[in-house]
Amino acid sequence: MKPAPFDYRAPASIDEALPLLVLDSAVLAGGQSLVPLLNLRLARPELVVDINGIAELDYIRAEDGALRIGAMTRQATLERSELVRERWPLLHKAVELVGHPQIRTRGTVGGSVAHADPAAELPVALTVLGARYRLRSPRGDRVLDGADLFRGPLYTAREPNELLVEIEVPEQPDGAGSGFAEHARTHGDFATAGAAAVVAPEGHTAIALLGAGPVPARAEAAERALVDGAEPREAAALAARDVEDEHRRALCAELARRAIEEAMA
Amino acid sequence: MRISVEINGRAHEGDVEPRTLLSDFIRHGAGLTGTKVGCEQGVCGACTVQLDGEPVRSCLMLAVQANGRALRTVEGLAADGELHPLQRAFHEAHALQCGFCTPGFLMSMEGFLREHPDAGDEQLREALAGNLCRCTGYLGIIEAVEHAAREMRGDQVEAD
Repeated sequence: MKPAPFDYRAPASIDEALPLLVLDSAVLAGGQSLVPLLNLRLARPELVVDINGIAELDYIRAEDGALRIGAMTRQATLERSELVRERWPLLHKAVELVGHPQIRTRGTVGGSVAHADPAAELPVALTVLGARYRLRSPRGDRVLDGADLFRGPLYTAREPNELLVEIEVPEQPDGAGSGFAEHARTHGDFATAGAAAVVAPEGHTAIALLGAGPVPARAEAAERALVDGAEPREAAALAARDVEDEHRRALCAELARRAIEEAMA
Repeated sequence: MRISVEINGRAHEGDVEPRTLLSDFIRHGAGLTGTKVGCEQGVCGACTVQLDGEPVRSCLMLAVQANGRALRTVEGLAADGELHPLQRAFHEAHALQCGFCTPGFLMSMEGFLREHPDAGDEQLREALAGNLCRCTGYLGIIEAVEHAAREMRGDQVEAD
C-alpha cells in the first residue's frame, strides 16, 4: 500500500458529488493518472470523491449535429463508438493512441481533459475539433472553450468546487478530413510529440501540436498559411516554428505535415 | 470499509482502508498471489487482472472500487486442471523465464484475443506493448500469443 490515508466517498449522482468538492478533495474518475500520483504520494488529498458510480455522466450521443460526451465515458467506450468513428473520426484515431488497452478500459474522456497533461492525445484532438467543456458547481453551469479551460501543464480553469460534466464537440464542416500523428518510443508510452489537423474544402483549417507547449493550442499562423495555399510541409514548419529544442521542433514539423496530409487526403 | 469481491467465481470479503490498492487486496486479502505487483504506477502491466471481463491494472484501482464486482485473475484461467491455450502456448514457446510478468501478459492477452480473435501481427505487438518483460526479449511471447490465437480461433494447428 503506497497512498497516504484519505477519506473516501462514492456519490451516486452529480448533485450528491458537488457538495463534496472542496479545496483538499480529488475527483477520482478512471484513476489512470490520479492513482499513480497517489501511489507516489505526489498527490495527498484529504478526500477522494469517486465519481465512477455516477451513471448520468456516462454517455455518448449526437444532439443537434453536435457530439455530447459525458465526462465519465471510458476511453474504451469512445474507441468502440461507431457514431464517433463515422462522424468524428479524429477522436477515434486519437483515443487509439491513449496508453494501452488496459489503461483505456478504465481511463475516461473527462479525466483526460481535467488532468490536462500536455502529452495527452484527447485534449489536442478536442482542440482542433473546437470542443467546449461544461463545468458544474452548486452555483450552476458554465461552458468554456479549450483556450479558456487549459491554463498550463496539469492545470485548468476548473475551480475546486466544480465538476467537469460534459464535453461538446461541434459538427465538422462538410467534407472535412482529419489526421493525427504522434511519435512515442514505444507504442502506448507518452508521446514525445504529435499533431492533429482538420481540413475542410471551404477554407476551414485547424492544427494543433502535442507536447510542444504547456497547453494544447491552435497553430493559427500555420492554419492561415494553409488556407492561403501553402504546401502542407510549409504550413507544418510554421506550426512548429516556436517549439523549443531542435529535435522536438523537427519532430513536430514532420508530424504536423503527416497530420495535415492525412486530413487533406 | 467492508467489501465483497467475486474473484474467479468465489466471493472474497475483507475490511480495507480506502487507500488499499486492489492489487494488494487480491494478494493479501484474498491470498491470490498469482497476480504480481511491479511498478505500482500503471507502466509494467504485471498486476493486470480482468474486471467484468476486461483487462485492467489492479494497482490503479482502489479495492473499494471492486466492491460487488467480478474479477478474474491468473488462477481463474485454467479450467478443471486443463491449462488455457495461452498458458500452454507460453509453456511450449518458452515465453517466460522468471515468470514474474507472465500472469499480467496472460490476463491482458486473454482479454485482447477474445475481443480481437483475428488480430494481425502488428495489432498483436501493439497489444503486447502494455506489458513489460525483462527476460525473454519478447520473441517467445509473440510466438506463443500467435500460436494461442490460432488455436482459440479453431484454425488447423500443425503438430509440434
